Amino acid sequence: MKKVLTLGLAAVMAVTLLAGCGGNNKEAGASGGGSPSASAGQPSDAGGKKRLAIIFKNTGNPYGEKQMEGFKKAVEENGDEAILKAPDQPTAEAQIQMIEELISQKVDAIAIAANDPDALQPALQKAMNAGIKVISLDSAVNAQSRITHVNQADPERIGRTLIQGVSEMIGGEGEIAILSATSQATNQNTWIEWMKKELEDPKYANIKLVKVAYGDDLRDKSVSETEALLKSYPNLKAIIAPTTVGIAAAGKVLTDKGLKDKVKLTGLGLPSEMAEYIESGVCPWMYLWNPIDVGYLAGYTAEALVKGEITGAVGEKFTAGTLGEKEIVADGDGTQVMLGDPFKFDSGNIAEWKEVY
Amino acid sequence: MKQKMFADAALAVGTGQGAATKTTISAKFAKFRELGLLAVIVLICIGVQIRNPSFLTWENINDIAANTAILSILSVGMMLVIITRGIDLSIGATLALSGMIAALTVKAHPGLHPLAALLLGFAVGLACGIVIGFLVAKVGILPIIATLGMMNVFRGLTYEASGGKWVSAHQMPDSFKQIATGSLLGINNLIVIAVVIYAVAYYFVSHTRTGRQVYAVGSNPESAEISGIKTKRILWLVYTIMGGLTGLAGVLWVSKFASAQGDTASGYELSVIAACVLGGVSIAGGSGKISGIILGAVLLGILNNALPMINVSPFWQNWIQGMIILAAVVFNALVKRGIDRNNLMRRKI
Amino acid sequence: MEPRVLTSKKPLTLKGFFLQWEWMLVLLFIAVIVMNVNLSDYFWDYNNLRDATMSFLDKAFIVLPMVFIIILADIDISVGSIVALSSVIMADLYAHGVPMELALIVCLAVGTLCGYINGLLIVKFKELSSVIVTLSTMIIYRGIAYILLKDQSVGKFPKWFNYLGWGYVGSIPFILIAFAVFAVLFGILLHKTTFGRKVYAIGSNPTASRYSGVQVDRIKIIVFTLAGLMSAVTALFLTSRMGSTRPNIATGYELDVIAMVVLGGISTAGGKGRMIGAILAVFLIGYLRYGLGLINISAQTLLIVIGLLLIFAVSVPKLKWKGTGAKGKAV
Repeated sequence: MKKVLTLGLAAVMAVTLLAGCGGNNKEAGASGGGSPSASAGQPSDAGGKKRLAIIFKNTGNPYGEKQMEGFKKAVEENGDEAILKAPDQPTAEAQIQMIEELISQKVDAIAIAANDPDALQPALQKAMNAGIKVISLDSAVNAQSRITHVNQADPERIGRTLIQGVSEMIGGEGEIAILSATSQATNQNTWIEWMKKELEDPKYANIKLVKVAYGDDLRDKSVSETEALLKSYPNLKAIIAPTTVGIAAAGKVLTDKGLKDKVKLTGLGLPSEMAEYIESGVCPWMYLWNPIDVGYLAGYTAEALVKGEITGAVGEKFTAGTLGEKEIVADGDGTQVMLGDPFKFDSGNIAEWKEVY
Repeated sequence: MKQKMFADAALAVGTGQGAATKTTISAKFAKFRELGLLAVIVLICIGVQIRNPSFLTWENINDIAANTAILSILSVGMMLVIITRGIDLSIGATLALSGMIAALTVKAHPGLHPLAALLLGFAVGLACGIVIGFLVAKVGILPIIATLGMMNVFRGLTYEASGGKWVSAHQMPDSFKQIATGSLLGINNLIVIAVVIYAVAYYFVSHTRTGRQVYAVGSNPESAEISGIKTKRILWLVYTIMGGLTGLAGVLWVSKFASAQGDTASGYELSVIAACVLGGVSIAGGSGKISGIILGAVLLGILNNALPMINVSPFWQNWIQGMIILAAVVFNALVKRGIDRNNLMRRKI
Repeated sequence: MEPRVLTSKKPLTLKGFFLQWEWMLVLLFIAVIVMNVNLSDYFWDYNNLRDATMSFLDKAFIVLPMVFIIILADIDISVGSIVALSSVIMADLYAHGVPMELALIVCLAVGTLCGYINGLLIVKFKELSSVIVTLSTMIIYRGIAYILLKDQSVGKFPKWFNYLGWGYVGSIPFILIAFAVFAVLFGILLHKTTFGRKVYAIGSNPTASRYSGVQVDRIKIIVFTLAGLMSAVTALFLTSRMGSTRPNIATGYELDVIAMVVLGGISTAGGKGRMIGAILAVFLIGYLRYGLGLINISAQTLLIVIGLLLIFAVSVPKLKWKGTGAKGKAV
């Protein structure tokens, strides 16, 4: 008898536990700053409100939170509903699962910052066959998996600008090294390719790229890799870190070792993370685009597609809220919308930006 | 698993109870094993030094020690857990949670004394450890499952606490960052803290009654229970210690890297377990020495530092580390076999 | 102490029948379905329920042999890496002009070999627990995948390969049918053959089994080899789902798989548990994730829910033992 009672109690507990969780989510969705909005029980056709979804690479990444915030802002300006999702691990498998969930919910558009350019192709094609408008932003998926791509900045411009910046910092000669994210990060690899191309220019004859190190976007690994660079190349003049985790880790190492006048640092970093090192002069300046604007532009692009204003073909134009008119341009065998040039952060403007993102 | 452990325990050399005749020989072999590990470390150092002369400089040695400090602090707790035949997969998540809460607190109250931040992180870790200890000791869930479940919970709580944001360098007061960058008598604070913890841990495991009881519980839980040791309390204690040390390490981590993220130290538990296994802590329970785990942690620390310095392709690093761990544990097993054979022969005579 | 006799030989009273863990899972499963139906309007829809299985069944193939491994009181944490390695080798061969059919067979062979190596190491070095052996091989197998493919991703498989992960037989997903077939096979192997009975015997008491003539080593090697083979099967389906592969796929699968097996009532102390429990757990966790995904719950909340569910699932039987005065001695 006792056994039956305990088991019965356990079952009741289980139901309450699950129901409790259900209740909690709704609260979390309403109160949490970056948590996805709960769209429970709202049929899709209610009042003709469209639903547009964004999937970022992983949760708990302030850069991604800002992109989702911008996306939400754009979608709400159009009077529609935004769904924000991000898996707990930055894997393509988790994103496929989320795409399936969104197909089931019959959303109108999906914008995705991809963890893998190719691996989402079958899932995204299934979404497009179901009539969902698919775009990528930030990290692109291949041209067959999307209608168009929202590019934060031209990879060529990023690569070339970084080399030009470094050349200016070190006076046009000396050894430089790159501290990247993982060895398979598509964005970083494209930028590094362009950096190498820019270095082929004879005016950089005295600049030598000695090594590309990979910090895997992990704090501890990025620190060890930076330390190894400094020791293996005692004459190192500058480090370029085109990744937010890497540049902050390198900034920390250079600060702790008091190498601020000997080794210069630049790259792509979050102003809030890098404010300390830009103000102290370890990193004279760095670049980044505004992630809120990337999300915002993606929101307007998705809206334009859903409303039928554009089809994703080269030459089409649409108005992207406060960003003004944008044009779709060619990108390899696909198309893309360009946000603009990367923004330069230096000691003059970092104070105001560090509070923003 | 219990039965298997009985079998293993029968094979295992009792560092704990009732193996008086064996201790002299096994001690010799254990020492030999550690000498072997030391020899491996020396060989790697020499090899790397030839390839890159800046390896054995004072500065680099200091860097290795500082980078290894957090790993070695965690190894102490993990050793105690493994000695009791347990395992703790949740420490990466516990580390992130306590680090995040400490960082959020110093962000809100920049005037807070760094010691208070350390204590706060320690307390959060302790609380996590108490919960796991309760689940393992009182409810009787297997450690691997209890810590696997709580790993998810703690990691989720970290994201919830931070609201998806990071705490960055400029939001932390200098006093907090100096916990990890400051030094005492020219030695980095992290190293000092690690050394203190090692000293205390050494005293605890070899000179206190409770410390010896940890080994007894690991060697043979049934006989430990019969001989009046409160096994459940010991189990609870080791997970609490593990949690407390992890909390401390969390604050040190955040202070060292001047950044607290939701995914801090994700997967770090595997490095810690690897350090223990390399250091000769037997997963079957009951054996493990402080001197061993120091060497294990140092070996891992040197690998992390040396592989980038001798330009090993990042694609090979995984494989090399895995092979070294496998070689170390197989070597371990073979040595143990040697001891056992030796013991049997002794008995025949 | 809970009797360690073979579950299938327990006298089956009516009360005993309903007290089984599997009924608890059925109740939980119903609770999840009821909750999901209340939370989202999109859940109770044949197409959605059907397609959801396609996104969580890939790793379920590893659950089947993992049940055997955990009944043996062992564990295998290298399965995720085996998935990656066999998938990478298959894709690499195809990219170098090997016909896809052959590459597919090689994929299965590679997985089988990896599993065999695990089993061999565990049997040859009895002092080492399976945790440590598979921890090392986990790092090594993925390491080899990285050495082979570096930062590349390889794809562009023939069209028919897409069918594995995305195709339907009639209106039923192919992957679901494949899983059902394998589940039945493994269920029969565990519950209806002498092999299965020996697995239970070893899990309950390896020493006694060895003395009573059970070839413990051989059975362990077979079971770990099966785990390797099924990891390769997962690799096939996952690669087909993704249309391409790279060395970091299937990271963390081992923990998901172990969580499902444990939730299915297979005791990590060895010797206990049934196949049906694990299969129920696969669908329970799968639909729980899917349902919460439909209301776009945040990833962190999902982590907490799954973690608590796991703890809850393993605590309940322990509390039950205590209630009846039996001593749940777990180490």
